[in-house]
Amino acid sequence: MNAVVDIAGVSKEFKGGTVALQDIDLQIEQGEFVSLIGPSGCGKSTLLRVIGDLIDPSRGTVTVNGKSARQARHDHDYGIVFQDAVLYNWRSVAKNVALPLELAGWSRERRQKRVAEMLDLVELRGFEDHHPWQLSGGMQQRVAIARALSFEPALLLMDEPFGALDEMTRERMNAELLGIWEQSGSTVVFVTHSIAEAVFLSTRIVVMSARPGRISRVIPVDLPQPRGTATREDPRFFELATEVREALHLGGPLEVPA
Amino acid sequence: MTTRLGRRTLDWLPALVVLVAIIGLWEGLVKALHVQRFLLPAPDAIWSAFRDNQSLLWHAGLWTFEEALGGFAIGCVAGIVLAVLVARWDLLGHALMPYAVAANAVPIIAFAPITNAWFNPLDKSSKMAIAAVLCFFPVFVNVVRGLRSVKPQQLELMRSYAVGELAVFRLVRVPTALPFLFTALRVASVLAMIGAIVGEYYGGSLDSLGANILQDASLFQFERAWAEIVIACIFGIGFYLAVGAAERLATRWQPRMETAGS
Repeated sequence: MNAVVDIAGVSKEFKGGTVALQDIDLQIEQGEFVSLIGPSGCGKSTLLRVIGDLIDPSRGTVTVNGKSARQARHDHDYGIVFQDAVLYNWRSVAKNVALPLELAGWSRERRQKRVAEMLDLVELRGFEDHHPWQLSGGMQQRVAIARALSFEPALLLMDEPFGALDEMTRERMNAELLGIWEQSGSTVVFVTHSIAEAVFLSTRIVVMSARPGRISRVIPVDLPQPRGTATREDPRFFELATEVREALHLGGPLEVPA
Repeated sequence: MTTRLGRRTLDWLPALVVLVAIIGLWEGLVKALHVQRFLLPAPDAIWSAFRDNQSLLWHAGLWTFEEALGGFAIGCVAGIVLAVLVARWDLLGHALMPYAVAANAVPIIAFAPITNAWFNPLDKSSKMAIAAVLCFFPVFVNVVRGLRSVKPQQLELMRSYAVGELAVFRLVRVPTALPFLFTALRVASVLAMIGAIVGEYYGGSLDSLGANILQDASLFQFERAWAEIVIACIFGIGFYLAVGAAERLATRWQPRMETAGS
């Protein structure tokens, strides 16, 4: 199997000597949904940024689709969603989704068609001309997801995308994200604090521990697809959640995520 | 549309009532208490002075407004250009920002007599100079703040799109800085009028408002002096409103508080 992401011997030390990541090795296959979970300071967001070539590793290499991370970034292989939707307030919803397409030089006609498709996908048709501040937090995050997927990136990088949402909205967004993931067939790397979210979404969970940031366990999630409300009541769901929780506790100081 | 217009008119009604009440009260009190005209002339006396000297007043108002506008343009353009350079090169910012912030807090208007000495006091250039210096600092400081207030994640997102610095500037930094810029421009429009008029107090052409106000007040022509102040208000408020209108056009995407005068 060809790995979409191949992380080999990656370490990251920040100025001042903080070791954010130490000797990380990880392969992610095409179509996988991989969650990075761990206590604050375990370097999960840093790892996500190293994969996306937003920061350089101190040692080691990241290969994406056989290319360097930098080349992959220049080839528009990454769609990124942060905890804040990071929408451009002066642009309408449609123009926010179209921004990466604009920058990649798509024609207006092709852009409009794709934007319509993407807004269908995240169920925001009819909101094209709204401005971000007119939308709820959940809707804003759906715009950000539509924008990240609009150019069909090889890899979707998500940094606690639902961390700022209330529990109900979060569960609904989880289900929607799974639907989008199944439809688009993209590969996802997902940073989260929430055990339930990680188990519900992932095909594989990477448990990390802090000081220095390293991978303490990798837990494959064998829950059947497609997943839905029933998944959350599956006894296997609870077994896996317990397994993740225990792995987190073994991995360092007690700083238990919700 | 008509209903919206109707509602806008209704919003303004209370303020209009207050204005009429104040003028009425002013007129009544001045008459009833026999206030000396050098202390406060009655509105109807100011109004007749206004009517009798209209062409002179508008001429002087326009003269002063041209000085203010010229200084505003020079000061704002200089402030914006330097702000862009400072936001781009940190070292320049470290060198200049402390002085700019300090200068923003001192009464620069105190320099008005000096600019009169540097330039011909009868010429518009000396008043443009003081107005320009007054406008420069708030614009400079605010635009630097605006250009720097871009969220790090917005930059990360742009980096993930692999676009150059110029595109980031155009697509992210400029739109982020626009509300900061217009806040500064509104302040600057007021400062420019103050700078021009105060500059004229220290010596200016008799074509100008400030020199006329000074002369009429010393010649006991208080009604005329007040009429000139009214003209200064008309130009000042008009200038401020024009900047506000430009702001609404340039930042149509912003949510707006529908309060009068902001």
